[in-house]
Amino acid sequence: MQQVVFGIVAALIVFAAVRLVTTRNLVHGALYLLAVLAGAAILFLLFLAEFVAWVQVLVYIGAVVVLLLFGLMLTRAPIGNMALDSQTRPLAAVVSLAIFGITSTIVWKTFKGQTVHFSKPNTVDTLGRAIFSQYVLPFEIVSVVLLAALVGAVVLARKEE
Amino acid sequence: MPVAWVLILSSFLFSVGIYGVLARRNAVLVLMSIELMLNAANINFVVFNLLLHSISYIGQVFALFIITIAAAELGVGLAIVILIFRNRSTVSIDEVSLMKW
Repeated sequence: MQQVVFGIVAALIVFAAVRLVTTRNLVHGALYLLAVLAGAAILFLLFLAEFVAWVQVLVYIGAVVVLLLFGLMLTRAPIGNMALDSQTRPLAAVVSLAIFGITSTIVWKTFKGQTVHFSKPNTVDTLGRAIFSQYVLPFEIVSVVLLAALVGAVVLARKEE
Repeated sequence: MPVAWVLILSSFLFSVGIYGVLARRNAVLVLMSIELMLNAANINFVVFNLLLHSISYIGQVFALFIITIAAAELGVGLAIVILIFRNRSTVSIDEVSLMKW
């Protein structure tokens, strides 16, 4: 059952990711990114990470894609057929294929025969306890980083008087 | 379910992200490809958390941190892209070569 769901979602993710980097239409690219992120959220649900899945839906699908669409429209990106790829395209294909080949070979050799066992799902309760007891310092630091990025983005994008 | 399938899927996603960063010309599309790479890392963290049956849920906590950092990175990145567009009326990476050696 899990394998069937994984197969369908993996096919969706692969298709949408490839279309994202090859499409000629920028808004379609944002929608393909949305499909990839939704597929990743389903994978998180499948791997018993409920809270991460819903954070993915809220933050990525809810905020990041909308932000990217705003970015596309504010930069008045020409929508339609245009030269979206640079001249380094064949070289980029070679590099990414080489990286995929190397990493997948290493992964296959290392993790061959190891299987994931689906135990009982962890609840938000246990994850929240872990965050606010064991990882409370990194959590606070990451919130400060988020605040700094927010202020930095506002300062950068503001029109100078 | 074999864990290698998931890891190969995420390495594929990562390589597609690398291709997007290298081959695309529009800065916003490059930012989208970076999100692909970060998501590949997130899938890996979550599946390793399940594989190792981590009691402290370090994998899921780290995935949450990565999502937060990705949001921060995208905010700053888009602000820079909009600033470049305002100054030079282009978001093409090939034309923004002022700091290129």
